[in-house]
Amino acid sequence: MVPITTLHYLVVAAALFVLGVVGVLTRRNVVIILMSIELILNAVNLNLVAFSRMWGNLHGQVFSIFIVVDAAAEAAVGLGILIAFFRNKETINVDEIDLLKW
Amino acid sequence: MHSAATAGDFFFLSRIWLIPLFPAFGAAMMFFFGRRLQKATVSAICVGVVVVAFLFACFTVNDYTHFAHGTGQPFEKIVYTWLGSGDGHLTFLKKDGSAAAFNADAGFLLDPLSAIWLLFVTGVGMLIHIYSVGYMAHEGGYYRFFGYLNLFMFAMLTLILANNYILMFVGWEGVGLCSYLLIGFYFHRKSASDAANKAFIVNRIGDAGFILGALTLVWYLGSFRFTDLNPLLRSGHFAIGDPVLTAAALLLFVGACGKSAQLPLYVWLPDAMEGPTPVSALIHAATMVTAGVYMVARSNAIFVLAPTAMKTVAIVGALTAIFAASIGLVQNDIKRVLAYSTVSQLGYMFLALGVGAFAAGVFHVFTHAFFKALLFLGSGSVIHAMSGEQDMKFMGDLRQRTPTTFWTMFIGMLAIAGIPGLAGFFSKDEILWQSWSSEGGAYRVLWFVGFATALMTAFYMGRLIFLTFFGKPRMSHEVEHHIHESPKSMTVPLVILAICSVAAGWLGVPPSLGGSNPFGKFLEPVFAKEAHVMQVEEPRQLAAGEKEEEHTDPMEYTLMGLSVGAAIVGLGLAWRAYAHAGKDYKEPIAQAAPPLYKVLYNKWFVDEAYDYAFTGRRKVGDVRLGVLGLGEASSWFDAKIIDGIVNDAGWVTRAVATLSTWWDKWIIDGLLVNGPAVLSRFLSYPARLFEWGLVQWYALVMTAGLVGFAVYYVWK
Repeated sequence: MVPITTLHYLVVAAALFVLGVVGVLTRRNVVIILMSIELILNAVNLNLVAFSRMWGNLHGQVFSIFIVVDAAAEAAVGLGILIAFFRNKETINVDEIDLLKW
Repeated sequence: MHSAATAGDFFFLSRIWLIPLFPAFGAAMMFFFGRRLQKATVSAICVGVVVVAFLFACFTVNDYTHFAHGTGQPFEKIVYTWLGSGDGHLTFLKKDGSAAAFNADAGFLLDPLSAIWLLFVTGVGMLIHIYSVGYMAHEGGYYRFFGYLNLFMFAMLTLILANNYILMFVGWEGVGLCSYLLIGFYFHRKSASDAANKAFIVNRIGDAGFILGALTLVWYLGSFRFTDLNPLLRSGHFAIGDPVLTAAALLLFVGACGKSAQLPLYVWLPDAMEGPTPVSALIHAATMVTAGVYMVARSNAIFVLAPTAMKTVAIVGALTAIFAASIGLVQNDIKRVLAYSTVSQLGYMFLALGVGAFAAGVFHVFTHAFFKALLFLGSGSVIHAMSGEQDMKFMGDLRQRTPTTFWTMFIGMLAIAGIPGLAGFFSKDEILWQSWSSEGGAYRVLWFVGFATALMTAFYMGRLIFLTFFGKPRMSHEVEHHIHESPKSMTVPLVILAICSVAAGWLGVPPSLGGSNPFGKFLEPVFAKEAHVMQVEEPRQLAAGEKEEEHTDPMEYTLMGLSVGAAIVGLGLAWRAYAHAGKDYKEPIAQAAPPLYKVLYNKWFVDEAYDYAFTGRRKVGDVRLGVLGLGEASSWFDAKIIDGIVNDAGWVTRAVATLSTWWDKWIIDGLLVNGPAVLSRFLSYPARLFEWGLVQWYALVMTAGLVGFAVYYVWK
């Protein structure tokens, strides 16, 4: 049985991160994009917790708690914008939201 | 001003302004209530107001003689300021540049001249009103007829009594309007309505002259009032032959030509006979047509300062006299003969005015009013008896069946022909003598014209009487059966007028026949003062007038004998030619000189000439001639050439504008404005790739950047 090292955690976290980035870049539905952003943030959390275990202190765990709170706030604001936008445009497809240019 | 103080003492004189208002009241009653009134009521009102006006006029003139004491001092009554104001609210610049108040009053002027007109207008007017009661008894529009007649009396009295040119012009237009209404009284007849239009339009030409003349005067002298103008004109400040005064006098004479039917504006008067006969008698013989004479006599102070205008008046008068008389020789319509006779007699009056014998002209107006009204009313009585027939070819032998009409008309004939003892003799001889003697004989040619006219007058009047009352009856049996003498209301005025036709002449018996010419004496103050001016400038003229007073020229008796001879010869010729005309009668003049007859019968083709020259009724092919033709041509020129140029210019403008629009849209806007925009849009395409507006694109670029940095640092 191979012991689970920090490297393992980092690989899983990197995989989660890439999944999140790909989700943000490719999906059109804003809800899915927000969910993908959650994946990215949780990949970072996993890294922080893994380093916290490696060094034997709790600094990383405290950081991850902050990030969870921050993620909740971010999701609330993002969904609020999403609903306001849907009322005006009747769509939540991000490729139709292209006014911000030039 | 002292006259105003004494005016109150004279009951009638101070109420002179009421005289025109009596007939105005009658006209107003007819206008508002006439339709609902009985014929008897209409007659009572309309004849009544004229009788009252006549009586009032008599008392007024009686008052006036006491007021003036034979000095001829004019009486002026200003009721109110009608136009403008005395204090100069309404000012204008005179010719000399000074400001003057534009002012015309509702004012009334009575002097010997207007007194004479006042008496015979109301007097003859009253008789004709009475006559009309009988004449119009069976006609429709009875109240309308009397309403118009009363309106006419109102306008005529306004004209006579006005103290200034503007108020006179109101009356002048008023009588013109009434003339129009009464000529067109039988408006359902096209010829009557045409004649009414003709009279009105021809009169307008004269009216334009009148108003221009009056305005010239006020522009030059600063007032319309006769009592301002006459002293000014007689003050000696104006030279004889003053061009402005000459122009004013000639313009006023144009007005007189229109109203008094002188050449070349006489054409309306013969056609005016389309109106009922009393109208012809009142308006177109006795009163209205003498308005021109009245106006020229009223303006005598201007005319004596304008010898050119005087000469024009005399020549036009003489030519009109002989011209109209020549036409009268051959007309067959009894009223038309009288109409041309009227034109001819009016010519005499102007001849008298033109040679400076104003009093003689006025005297002829006065006598003519009686005998011509008599002749017209007599002809009306004849037409009445003949069931409406007016052609003398179908009359004859009426003297037994209409004796009163015959005898009164016979007297009228003698009077107009100039048989001694009757009115026409005295007045016509006075005119002929004056035209022989005045200006030292400069007008003797005109005397000859007048003399020839007298011969013609006697002939055509004889022809009228003999064809109508003598010879064999030439009418149809039904008409012959109906012949009857007219009712009393028609014959009584005839008798009264016949008496006047004899008596009126005795008011003006000249000194050469042992009279004292009270008529002339009465008028003297109106015309006398300018003789004083003329004495300074031109003693020759006075000599002619004065000589008559002092001793009698034997020549005068010779001329008198000649004209009496002419009258007798004329009547005798007419007797020979017409007194025995039977059913197969042929016009002797037509037999003797067919071309002359044709010309005279067609009135010298003047109407035709006017048709060619002015009215545009004649065409050559499709082209109208004369003034209307000119109008049509200029209308064509305007529509086709002027408007064509305008339209073509519009077309060119449009084409240029279209081109310019195209240039602006495609070249200026398209190439020069939009071109750089399109170009910069094209060139900026790569830059815009980074600002696509898609959030995910931005995120991809950021990710690529991060990956790029990461790879760079890891690789290094």
